Order: sequence, then structure tokens, then C-alpha cells
Amino acid sequence: MNLLNRFQPRGGVHPAGRKDLSADRPIRALPLPERLFVPLQQHVGAAATPVVAVGDQVLKGQLIAAGQGTISAPVHAPTSGRVVALGDYAAPHPSGLPVPTLTLESDGEDRWSDAAIPADPFALAPDEIARRVGAAGIVGLGGAAFPSAVKLNISRKSGVDTLIINGGECEPYLTCDDRLMREQAEGIVAGIRLIHHAVGTQRALVGIEDNKPEAIAAMRAAALGTDIQVVAVPAMYPMGWDKQLTRALIGKEVPAGGRSADIGVLVHNVATAYAVHQAVALGRPLVSRIVTVSGGAVKTPCNLEVPIGTPAQDLFDYCGGFTAPPARLVMGGPMMGHELPATHIPVVKGTSGVLALTHAEIGRPEPAPCIRCSTCVRACPVGLLPLEMATRIRAADLDAAIGLGLKDCIACGSCSYVCPAHIPLVHYFNYAKGELSARERAKLKQEATKKLADDRSARMERIAREREEAAARRRAAKEAAEAAKKAAEVTA
Amino acid sequence: MLIAVFSLTTLGLVLGLLLGYASRRLAVEGNALVEEIQAILPGSQCGQCGFPGCAGAAQALADGNAPITLCPPGGREVVSALSAKLGIEVNLADVAETMPMTAEVREELCIGCTRCYKVCPTDAIMGAAKHIHAVFREACTACGKCVEACPTEALALHPAPITLQSWYWHKPEERMAA
Repeated sequence: MNLLNRFQPRGGVHPAGRKDLSADRPIRALPLPERLFVPLQQHVGAAATPVVAVGDQVLKGQLIAAGQGTISAPVHAPTSGRVVALGDYAAPHPSGLPVPTLTLESDGEDRWSDAAIPADPFALAPDEIARRVGAAGIVGLGGAAFPSAVKLNISRKSGVDTLIINGGECEPYLTCDDRLMREQAEGIVAGIRLIHHAVGTQRALVGIEDNKPEAIAAMRAAALGTDIQVVAVPAMYPMGWDKQLTRALIGKEVPAGGRSADIGVLVHNVATAYAVHQAVALGRPLVSRIVTVSGGAVKTPCNLEVPIGTPAQDLFDYCGGFTAPPARLVMGGPMMGHELPATHIPVVKGTSGVLALTHAEIGRPEPAPCIRCSTCVRACPVGLLPLEMATRIRAADLDAAIGLGLKDCIACGSCSYVCPAHIPLVHYFNYAKGELSARERAKLKQEATKKLADDRSARMERIAREREEAAARRRAAKEAAEAAKKAAEVTA
Repeated sequence: MLIAVFSLTTLGLVLGLLLGYASRRLAVEGNALVEEIQAILPGSQCGQCGFPGCAGAAQALADGNAPITLCPPGGREVVSALSAKLGIEVNLADVAETMPMTAEVREELCIGCTRCYKVCPTDAIMGAAKHIHAVFREACTACGKCVEACPTEALALHPAPITLQSWYWHKPEERMAA
């Protein structure tokens, strides 16, 4: 263990944890909501296509939208009931723009569809486990929502040897993974063993921050007799960033622009491991998740098991409503989560928390000029120069910002958190990344329209040429006919 | 003295022949810069810059007869590419970022006259005689030719709708001096 602790994490900050608000609240199931709003895109990649129609009766766990393309994930009915609408609904996204969403009216029975349960999940072929994980609609539950089956397949093909399970949960307020590890350690360990088996890794490490001693004890007890190693890592933000945890556990660093698989590592969240166990061993697709409801404005903060698609308002209502009007609603953690534009927006697969924060908690001091103290440089876990990048972005010189490593920024917000001048550094980086992808899209569109314009002018030329040729042929035919007529007249 | 005259004459002749040969062998057809500039321009031949198509605009740019901010559909991206290519300094922050626009058909006004899709340089309008026409947003470059061609003012340019794929954070407001 001493050997493992040698690897010092880089950068990072120590925000007030505020986990005590909900850490001692056991997970409770949220009473079934009347209506569920299930977005068709809850993952990275292509949106799922609906396979049910309005008016259909569905059972819990039944496939309602199939994934399409290589990077996608299917969506299953979170409860039994009737499909009442298939249309646009506000997205769980800071913009709150409408996205295709399936609305389900619960029949109150919560009846599961039949599922084939394997006698021994460990007897399944690795391919089959990955297929079942994909078919169950499992995505990274730590928040990134990347389809897990894609990760499993890539890792097996690229010969990954180390499996790291992320129990960091470094975001303040959030306690959903902590509670899950305390209460469902056996299920998590079974899921880890299944992933271990599916990828063929040599070793499996579980990294848990040392501010969660109960979770560490529960996981160690559950992992007894297996080859899974449970390691306590120092509590700091962002320890839950997969690459930071990898560095802390095995001392290897993922190269810039690379993936964990490049250094032989596969990282999954603890909740994802639990979902894998549920899907492969029990035949239950991902239809609910654990969500922390917390924040200074919430009457009784809770950890709830919530069906996917439940509006955030139902969660706040169950927790006794607000003690004060919240100054800001947040989906996810306070550092990397995003503002919730309204409370009718649904919980999705990647939602780890719903927070209602008071004025005192958010604080929004006016930004002041940069004093070049370089506190942000020390805080950056990637080793970038946030102050320099922000200066370039302010002057609209995005290429210079890319040169300084903008594309490696993970938007963890550590720089903004520590900045004594309250400069919204991470906002600059998010804006710049959006601007860059907009430019990329514009460039692709320009190439496509240029081709269209070229095709059109080629077509126009061809049509003109054909018309001329046809006219010439007609002329020739006419002349030939006249010549023949004249010849006939002469002979006559 | 004769040797000097002879050697210089020979030298002159040889070098002259060499230059004459090189000027034919290595001759450049047209101005290469024009082609390079044309590759940067959008290529939809919309004519909004006032030149006949992108080739004309590229020629004018190469001759230095046009500002590098001449292309409205190209936006900041084209300006920065031209600035790098031609070595003309421009403050990008001063270039107004044009909002992406697309043409849209007002269906209650469209009479299906087919004039618009005949002028569209990118085949972005679909329709048939006496049927309401529609615009493919993905192919529309907002050149405005259809707007001019439409006899019933059914076509107009509108800001492209923002979707979840195209939305991104706005630039933080400037509230500080540094």
C-alpha cells in the first residue's frame, strides 16, 4: 500500500465537501411518479430510435428505443405503463432546448418484463457479456455517459491489463456512489468480476477517497477472497477524474489527446459496475439510478433510487421541498454539473445528483483583473496555464489557446474555484471549445456545400452541352432531309 | 582582350539560353495564389462580395483590390484563413461574427413557381411545379439568391435554429479591464 501511495496526484483543490448533508441517508426508492419523460439521447453518440408507438402498453425493462450506429445505447421502459407521447421535451442540458423524448404514463404496477437469467454469468463468453451490457443500455454512470459496451470491446481488443474502478466521488455534495458502496458492495464486486472476466484484465483496483471510510470497509469486506484490491486514495478534487485516479493508483499518465486504453487501463465507475451485475446476472436493464438530492435549500437531503425520466421536481417534493427559494438548481455536482433551467426536466442515466443551492453556497462575486498570481496553474490537474489560455480566448485567438493545451482541458473548474480575482476561467474554456467545434462543423458544411456547388455547375454544363448536341443533331437531320428532298426533285 | 570578350559572350549566351529554357519549362499558368485563395473561399458563387463568383473574388484578393473581410458567408473563419495566407493583419475581435443563417420557405406564400431552386447554387431547395418548396438547411449557404428570385416573398433568410448539437456557452461578458 505504501508503494501505491507514492504517486502524488497533480494539481487539484479542496472544496468544502458538504457530503455530511446526505452521507448518512440510506438509499430509498422514490415512489413511482405518474409520468416519466425519457429522452432518446442520454449518452454520448447517436440518439436511439423509438421502437414503440404512442398508445402502446410497455412493461418495465422493455426496449422502447434501439441504439443505432457503433456508438449508441438503447433505452428501456423505466416502469410499466402506456406510451402517451413521443415528441420534444426540455433536455437535461443547460440550454433546456427541446429534444426527442418519450413520455410514459405509469400504470402503478411496475411489472417487469420477462428476462432470460443465465445460470452462471461467469460461464458466458466475454463477447456475450459485452453484448448484454450493450443491450441493457448501460452507459458510464459517473456522469460522462459513454456507452459501456463500446469501452469493454475496445479494451479487450487493445489488450488492456488493468481494470480501475472509480469510487472517487470527489464532487462536493454527492454521496450516491458512497451509499451504493456501503449498501451494495457485493453487487459492485460481482459486477467488477464480470467486467474483469469480459475484458480479460490481469488486475483490478478500486480507488476510493479516504474521506469515505465506511465505503472502503464495506468494499474490502466484499472483495475478500477475490483478487480485487481496494485502495484508499487521498481526498481531493478532481480525484474522480479517471486519469487522475489512474495516476494516483498505478503512477502512469495517459498521453495528451490519448485514451486510458493507450496505457493498458480501463476505468469504470462503481455504479456502472453495479449496473453490469444487475444486467448480466439478473437480466435487468438500466432503468433506474441512485441520485443524491442535496443542497442548502433542500429540507431533508436524500439518496434516492430514481426511475430514469423522473422530473427533478418529484425528487425535491419527496425530500420535503425547499426551505428557502433556491438561488440555483444544479444537475450533477457543483463543480462540473450544469445549471438546471427548470424543475420539470427529467433525471437521465448520467445524473448523479440534483442540487438546490442557496445564495450563500454559490456566491457570485464580480470578476476583477487578473493579478497573475498563478494559483490556477498550481490547481490545474492537467498541468495547463489557465490564465494564459483565458487571455488568448478573450482576444479571440483560439489557435494560440489550442497551442497552450485547450483541448486537454477537462473543464473540472478547479481554476475558477481557486481564482482570487473570480475570473470565470472554465467558462472561457467551455466557450472556446464550443466555438472550436462550431468552426469544425462550419468547415465540414463548407466542404459539403462546395461539392454541391461544383456538382451543380458540372450538371449545368452537361445539360447545356447535351442541348447543343441535340440541336446540332436536329439541324443535321433537317439538312439531310432537305438535301434528300432536293435530290428527289432534281431526279424528278 | 579577345579572350575576355569571347568568354563573356559565351557566358552571356549560355546563361541566356538557360534562362530562356527555364522560363518556358518552369512557367506557371495563371497565379497560383488565386487558386489557393479560392480554396479558402466558400465556393458557392453567391456573389455577395460584388465580384463574379469566388474565382473573381480570389483574383481581386490576390491583386490586393479587395479587403480580406469581403466574404459575408465565410465569417471569421475565412477572414482568419485569408489573413494567414496573405499576411494581412486584422483584429478578429473586430470582425462581426455573423450568425449562421438559412433560407426558409413560408409555406402559405409559396406558389410552387420553381424559380428559387433553379438559382440555388448548392441545390439546397427541393420542389416541383405547383408544389410547395422546401429548403435543406444542411446544404443552404444563405447566399440569398433564392430570396431575390422569389416573386411572392415567400423566401427569407432566418437565423439557423439552435439545436443541442450546435448550442455552446456564450463568451463571458467583459467586465474587467485586464
